[in-house]
Amino acid sequence: MTSRPDNGALLELTRARILEFVREPEAVFWVFVFPVLMAVALGIAFRSQSGGRTQVALLAAGPPAARAELQERLQASPLLDVKVMDEASAALALRKTRVEVIVAVDAVAEAGAPPALTYRFDGARAEGRAARLLVDDVVQRAYGRGDAVTARDEDAPRRGARYIDFLIPGLIGLNLMGSGLWGIGFSVVIARTNKLLKRLAATPMRRGDYLLSIALSRLLFLGLEVAAIAGAGRLLFGVEVAGSIALLGLVSLLGALSFGGIGLLVAARPRTVEAVSGWMNLVQLPMWLLSGTFFSYERFPEFALPFIRALPLTALNDALRGVMNDGLGLAALWVPVLILLAWGLAGFAVAVRIFRWQ
Amino acid sequence: MTSSPVPAAAVSCRGLVKRYPDVVAVAGIDLEVRTGECFGLLGPNGAGKTTTVEMLEGLTTPDAGTIELLGQSWGRGDERSLRRQLGVHLQETKLSEKLTVRETVRLFRSFFAAGREVEEVIELAGLQEKRGARVGKLSGGQKQRLALACALVGDPKLLFLDEPSTGLDPQARLRVWEIVEQFKARGGTVILTTHYMEEAARLCDRVAIVDHGRVIALDTPAALVASLGASQIVSFTVDGELPEAALAALPGVRGVARQEAAWVLSVDQAGATLPALIALLESGGLRMDALSTHQATLEDVFVHLTGRGLRDQ
Repeated sequence: MTSRPDNGALLELTRARILEFVREPEAVFWVFVFPVLMAVALGIAFRSQSGGRTQVALLAAGPPAARAELQERLQASPLLDVKVMDEASAALALRKTRVEVIVAVDAVAEAGAPPALTYRFDGARAEGRAARLLVDDVVQRAYGRGDAVTARDEDAPRRGARYIDFLIPGLIGLNLMGSGLWGIGFSVVIARTNKLLKRLAATPMRRGDYLLSIALSRLLFLGLEVAAIAGAGRLLFGVEVAGSIALLGLVSLLGALSFGGIGLLVAARPRTVEAVSGWMNLVQLPMWLLSGTFFSYERFPEFALPFIRALPLTALNDALRGVMNDGLGLAALWVPVLILLAWGLAGFAVAVRIFRWQ
Repeated sequence: MTSSPVPAAAVSCRGLVKRYPDVVAVAGIDLEVRTGECFGLLGPNGAGKTTTVEMLEGLTTPDAGTIELLGQSWGRGDERSLRRQLGVHLQETKLSEKLTVRETVRLFRSFFAAGREVEEVIELAGLQEKRGARVGKLSGGQKQRLALACALVGDPKLLFLDEPSTGLDPQARLRVWEIVEQFKARGGTVILTTHYMEEAARLCDRVAIVDHGRVIALDTPAALVASLGASQIVSFTVDGELPEAALAALPGVRGVARQEAAWVLSVDQAGATLPALIALLESGGLRMDALSTHQATLEDVFVHLTGRGLRDQ
């Protein structure tokens, strides 16, 4: 007979959960590989579109000599990428936003005179309006308009202003939410269906230890998850962390614990995997839509913003972007940090009370 | 184990009742389990055995009745200190398939302040060759022995086993029984539910026969069988009606019961009763089918008391 303090239970429970996770190849794929693949795919897709030059379609129809001259002058601009197209393919390209503006040569009054043009573009899109102004500026200068005011351009690229810089912190946030909820929800409900929870409840194990071990086991994977996505962003797209790595770690930790608490709450009662899946989707749906993972939530109406900012994923994304893109310190991030803390603690506290052991 | 005086009754309960919306699972059960004995609850599926045991284990709250285990009660005082003295085996628990045998036992060991060595319990369960194997790769019998190892690793005074050998082949069942017998030999108290009368007869010092949430008989297995007043059982079916009184009047017949279509006679000596039975049937022009005779068992006690078999629905 041996004797030792039974506070090793928390450690053993955490260890067991970590072993269970790493022995589940699918789980490893969804947590680590999938988000990196997603970052790569989205990064490539959006990089090619925002490659710098404005895409212009020049219609092949119209007086050939004037069209050829216009094409030459447009192509002389380093800001434009001009392709000659027929009517149908130009219209299609505009619809698919492969080009932002179509230029048509309508008529030439006499040989050598400037042509009359039509710009066709989507005025509802900022990119369309900008492209039209840019093309018109190039055309007017090329045919002799001078500048009334001397102005000098100064290129001041903001760190982290590209789409991929915006996207990577969002993907980290989204992944912390997904792995927190799914990782906890499924394993808890399966343990309940298998009567393993009931069996554990029949031992002198502290029930809080079990719940805590679930949250703790997330911490180990958390570091790897964040490192996988941030590392892929840095290696493939040069996405830098503007602020401190330690603060990025702290914010991620808070995010993981917050979704750990929420995951436990969602998994506290359901008896079947189907039921818990439904709840998981219901909980995540508003955050998928509203929390600004793929585009800024500032586009939603003003009155909705306070609600959107109170969502845990919004708070996490804001804090991650604050650290990664804007280089902010903890003092500037206290609002999202408190929101995350509140969600995590409330989730955990309620989960402990209503948890169904059998 | 502590040196505090051990109460004579390891477990006692009075008037246990548990109602579910559609059924009264336990309809008033009184039990007294002595320290060091193996006490069996024998009955068919749905008799209320599991509900009774789970109330004793503190997993289900009774609607009425009192429970005392090792001098303590649930819901009062330090439940964890009580749980430290219990070993529990539940029906249908699936342990995590991704963990190995050793990791699983080690996990359960960590819940107990004092207990047995992990390796010692693995050997006790005869799993030493499987200690590094994942639970998902074990056979049914090995999984059941692992569940026993997890129940024994806290060195309990009182062991609850709910259908410990259901679904196992005879060989695997025998190995489970040996583990329970070793625990008994160390002086442990066992409460066991089963619907196998062989299991109850082999392991249990006393057996309570449970049906419809009540104890309908309680004694040692030998005394229960002896209560039939007969040592052999003759059962048969006939293709017509037969007066029960005529059967009871046959030589050596101690009891007559129906089990569905079959007649079941409890007799002193099958050899003495059978010729008279055949003569009786011939005189009535009846034909006999499915005749069998065997030594009386606990199953026959159950049939005698309820008119049903243990494995009938």
